[in-house]
Amino acid sequence: MASLTLKDLYKSYGNTEVLHGISGEIQDGEFVVIVGPSGCGKSTLLRMIAGLEIISAGEVYIGDRKVNDLEPADRDIAMVFQNYALYPHMSVRQNMAYGLKIRGISKKEINRRVEEAADILEIREYLDRKPRQLSGGQRQRVAMGRAIVREPEVFLFDEPLSNLDAKLRVQMRLEIRKLQQRLGVTAVYVTHDQVEAMTLGDRLMVLNAGYVEQFGTPLELYERPASLFVAGFIGSPAMNFLEAKGQPDGMLQLENGVVISGAKSEGPVTLGMRPEHLIEDTEGPIRIEVSVLEQLGANTLIHGTLEGTEREMVASLPGIHQLEPGRVLGFLIRPDELHQFDSKTGKRL
Amino acid sequence: MVEHRPILTVLTHLVMLTGILLIAFPIWITFVAASHDAIRMTQVPLPLWPGDQFWHNMKITLLGSGLRGTETTPVWWMMFNSLVMALSIAFGKIAISIISAFAIVYFRFPFRMGFFWLIFITLMLPVEVRILPTFEVVANLGLLNSYAGLSLPLIASATATFMFRQVFLTIPDEMLESARIDGAGPMRFFWDILLPLSRTNIAALFVILFIYGWNQYLWPLLITTDADMTTVVVSLKQMLTAAEATPEWNIIMMTALLAMLPPILVVVFMQKLFVKGLTETDK
Ligand SMILES: Nc1ncnc2c1ncn2[C@@H]1O[C@H](COP(=O)(O)OP(=O)(O)OP(=O)(O)O)[C@@H](O)[C@H]1O
Ligand SMILES: [Mg+2]
Repeated sequence: MASLTLKDLYKSYGNTEVLHGISGEIQDGEFVVIVGPSGCGKSTLLRMIAGLEIISAGEVYIGDRKVNDLEPADRDIAMVFQNYALYPHMSVRQNMAYGLKIRGISKKEINRRVEEAADILEIREYLDRKPRQLSGGQRQRVAMGRAIVREPEVFLFDEPLSNLDAKLRVQMRLEIRKLQQRLGVTAVYVTHDQVEAMTLGDRLMVLNAGYVEQFGTPLELYERPASLFVAGFIGSPAMNFLEAKGQPDGMLQLENGVVISGAKSEGPVTLGMRPEHLIEDTEGPIRIEVSVLEQLGANTLIHGTLEGTEREMVASLPGIHQLEPGRVLGFLIRPDELHQFDSKTGKRL
Repeated sequence: MVEHRPILTVLTHLVMLTGILLIAFPIWITFVAASHDAIRMTQVPLPLWPGDQFWHNMKITLLGSGLRGTETTPVWWMMFNSLVMALSIAFGKIAISIISAFAIVYFRFPFRMGFFWLIFITLMLPVEVRILPTFEVVANLGLLNSYAGLSLPLIASATATFMFRQVFLTIPDEMLESARIDGAGPMRFFWDILLPLSRTNIAALFVILFIYGWNQYLWPLLITTDADMTTVVVSLKQMLTAAEATPEWNIIMMTALLAMLPPILVVVFMQKLFVKGLTETDK
């Protein structure tokens, strides 16, 4: 077991820099999820930790060992790939044993570890099958088994669940989490799915275009998003954004001229309101003209526009509501649930 | 396509039968000719049905000195020569090309693309084109009348290199990466992962190259002057003109039959792998 430290990591392909100084401390036994939109550099970062990609600048420490110049096999890591990357011509058992065999571990010890991992993952009966004779979920388990038997310091996952169907994904997600807790091993997990990220991670590193937007616990990210990007990325349905103007008297003027209290600065700001934080109130200052309803059973999503403007808004009300389009509803929001961002930099105020 | 019109069924069968006849008839004639005695083969009309001399002809062809009146090597020895040449060419080509493809696909070395194009250019230079300089080189190396001389100049193969390159390119990068994480060095990766994954392609290539090697005519004709080194394909032509007298068709045809045998055996035994290697995409 070991901690993982990233110090100011840069990555360039030729003249294009794709990672611009990534730093972060990952504690021993912690489960960190790297999350961000497609192309933001998640895989690249993970592969630099694994040693599959050359580090252009910066340092990676596993424990207190600097591993920049170590081969992947010497870094004491194990990686699970999106397409599993099992060796098609080897049986499940051989797949799991291959790395151990190369390391010169005794036959007896290899068998012990393989069987133990097979028991944990419940794949014992498939040990003598070839990968092509397994279902996607089973292959996924074998890929994890291959990682477990190495007894690594750090587990690396690159979107390991994205080839599975939705239901299996939820189930495997839980299993990965349980497994990691049981083994107590440090894990770094890459995904572009924010729900997966929120449910799996002790902490999330939100990456955007090669920069770290925020690194914190799921609740921190939800309650105090550090930037517009994080605010829009975390949470479903996504946060409402609207432009407003801070007045000298501490009031905020919305796009339709309505004023609400709670300005943190003067001048233009971007307001963020989560749909689930909008409270229905006939007197409420935030007035939304209803266009479409989405009935989810437990709650109702109300799509509409801010009265008098074209600004799209979504509110989420608990329970079932029947409203005809065109009706105007009033909403309140608690000041501590009103997020304010600098309109220019996108940073939280 | 499934059609159930009787006319069409008859027609398709006719077409196939014609095709089979076209291919089989010459082989049948070869077989018939190999089963009569020498005298019968000089009389007209030529026989269309087998005679009773087949085993006798086979014995004198395989073991005897071949044609009467000449001191040629027995055919079994020529077949052995052919076999050594064909196998060396097939294995040599496969070995060299798989290693070159491995280098080109998996290593970044200076002038990598340069080498790639050099190999590419040799596609345009089969033995027939470079026969004089190649002969000169082989002669200077003292390789005339040797198995090495027979096979070495034919071994370098751009086609096979390209085929393996294509095969390797279809193997996902993650395979290499997980092998690296497992601690496999390049050679281990080659032996443990690449070779087994190319198994069917190697088999398909072997069939093609064995037949190519076995059927070589011009090159062996040129560099073997020693009767002991003659290959069976070359000897066929020589038999026609060797004896001053009329050609002994029964012996010549028997030799032809024997010469056809090894390629057929290779195809029959490797058929399954061969088809898999040409069609399979499951990597
Ligand atoms: N070998 C390469 N050469 C040049 N650019 C590359 C290379 N590999 C990745 N990139 C670029 O680096 C950026 C980050 O790629 P990366 O694969 O890390 O994205 P990602 O966040 O994993 O995306 P996804 O969610 O789609 O997997 C992308 O803009 C990509 O175009
Ligand atoms: Mg990726």
